[in-house]
Amino acid sequence: MYAVELDRVTKSFEANTPVVNHVSVKVEPGEFFVLVGPSGCGKSTLLRMIAGLESISNGSIYIDHQQANFLPPSKRNLSMVFQNYALYPHLSVEDNITFGLDVQKIKKYERKKRCSETADLLGLTDYLKRKPRHLSGGQRQRVALARAIASQTPICLMDEPLSNLDAKLRAYMRSEIRKLQRKLQMTMIYVTHDQIEAMTMGDRMMVINEGEIQQIGNPIDVYNAPSNTFVAHFIGSPPMNITPGLVQDQHIVIGNQLQIPIHMFKEDIQKQTSVLMGIRPEFISHQNVQEIGAQSLMVTIDHVEILGTETLLSFEWNETTWHAKWYGQWNVKVGDQVPVYFDHTAWCVFDQNTKSLLQGPSKKNDQQMKVGTV
Amino acid sequence: MKPEVEMKLQNKTSAPKWQFIYWRRAILYLWPSILLFSVFLFYPLLKTFYLSFFLTDQQGMANVFVGLENYQYIIQSESFHKSIRATLIFVLLTVPTSVIISLFLALIANEKLKGIGFFRTLFASTMGISVAASAVVWLFIFHPSMGLFNQLINTLGGSEIEWLLDPQWALLSISITTIWMNIGFTFLILLGGLQNIDEHLYESARINGAGYFYQLRRITLPMLSPTLFFVITVSLINAFQTFGQVDILTQGGPSESTNLIVYSIYREAFVNYQFGTASAQSIFLFLCILIVTILQFRFGERKVHYQ
Repeated sequence: MYAVELDRVTKSFEANTPVVNHVSVKVEPGEFFVLVGPSGCGKSTLLRMIAGLESISNGSIYIDHQQANFLPPSKRNLSMVFQNYALYPHLSVEDNITFGLDVQKIKKYERKKRCSETADLLGLTDYLKRKPRHLSGGQRQRVALARAIASQTPICLMDEPLSNLDAKLRAYMRSEIRKLQRKLQMTMIYVTHDQIEAMTMGDRMMVINEGEIQQIGNPIDVYNAPSNTFVAHFIGSPPMNITPGLVQDQHIVIGNQLQIPIHMFKEDIQKQTSVLMGIRPEFISHQNVQEIGAQSLMVTIDHVEILGTETLLSFEWNETTWHAKWYGQWNVKVGDQVPVYFDHTAWCVFDQNTKSLLQGPSKKNDQQMKVGTV
Repeated sequence: MKPEVEMKLQNKTSAPKWQFIYWRRAILYLWPSILLFSVFLFYPLLKTFYLSFFLTDQQGMANVFVGLENYQYIIQSESFHKSIRATLIFVLLTVPTSVIISLFLALIANEKLKGIGFFRTLFASTMGISVAASAVVWLFIFHPSMGLFNQLINTLGGSEIEWLLDPQWALLSISITTIWMNIGFTFLILLGGLQNIDEHLYESARINGAGYFYQLRRITLPMLSPTLFFVITVSLINAFQTFGQVDILTQGGPSESTNLIVYSIYREAFVNYQFGTASAQSIFLFLCILIVTILQFRFGERKVHYQ
């Protein structure tokens, strides 16, 4: 198990426009580390720099505590799975899996053994003689995985490996890849733009935007207390609701209707005049009309999606489109007037100018969502 | 009777009529190319085939039916044997050499370097020069006293070579000219083929530690095989049909050493006015190219990998 450490890594293709800017992070041995961000944020470039396919403009990369800036890809002890799988179309599945072993001049007996082992592990045994073009998308994806695993490297890099699969297969492969990584104890660096993959697969995740680190942490912490409004928007589906709020003597007032007692927040927030207030959709709930108070209001529903276990509602208020997530199947129609309650302990407060988090939700999550101790 | 069944029956009875309408429509779309092919390909082919059984007058009109005598004549003709031998040697000299040189040029021009566009244009440029123009250029290069080659040999202290006048060298000189002229087209097609290969395949191989020649052998060449196959087929057919450079550089001489088959046909028809035997030679060439191409598709294509 190898650690991968990045120290102020910078990449710029053109002068003065860095694609990756001063990224420092340490990926622990055996960790499943997810790089997540929107398209064009530099996450793939970062991964390719770790692989050695792209040169580093500035900074250092350490693999197993050795500086690796100028090591060729093959000397970095890693394998990589590409988004389009990069299978050799003229070779059979077996030859594809053993390609790397053949390059390294590993004995034929050993090659056969490793090939049949990995094929067994991934359920490819029946397809070993086929060409990639005779396989389905999911099978090709598994061949690409098998090729990475057969090389038995301590580090595995994956560049959006699931993005070409349909939703159902993607969900299945998510858990498969996670299980494999645990079983083989590889250090995994996984690039994705899909926040569900980031949330469900990673031990830790790093959110990147425009080449800069936004936040590093374990997925639940990132979800609960996003370090800025970008992360709040990017992680979570539907995203966190963010709206301006005014600080008045005893309350933070949102849209002249909601009033949140100021004493719940830190002193430096009390000194501000205006802030950005964020709340996750699941903390906006239904309320009885009689109980409407300072934490609730009547809204007109714009859009309803019933997903079976939960109902997603959206409405316009305070110049913001709001999303609410209610557990269960609610019979709400578009245009209905509905009273909603905003859990005052669930608000995140962001700075108006820097957009960074001033204070996370005061409520502990295990009180709200039944999580944690089994 | 149910309406569906009725319809089916109706369809059945009117099927030939519909087929006829579809057929007519298809012909309508096809007629421009049918017309062109008829005028420039099918009619000459049939006419040649017809003429090969006749003795002709000076206008090329069929005079006396002689059956297979024209064929017997060319098969026994010493000059035709020479012509076939020269053509075969010429094909063997030009096709592999131009493909190998073009492949090499395409490989180096496919690297991502600054100013590579200039070299790509340069290497492909012979495609834009007509056969006549480039043959004239080579005429100067081969010139016995002023030519570039002999001057080079002179400065190096060797003895001059009569490039186009010596029967030993003439065919080689024609071949060199032809290879040079072929490179433009072959290079361009091969470069296109190389650029179609997914860059990720090489990246994946690099992570595995494959060296340049390992990548060349196990990725580039197999992935390029359809393009190579196409280029070889086209070059073979072209080599069999070489005419222009022979006409300008040597006129088939000296002592028939460069009398390639198409030039021999031309001479037979338009110098000797023997359209019958010329037609017989044409049919012979047609069959040769047909057989070579069929063989190539039968045996060559097995090694070709199509995506």
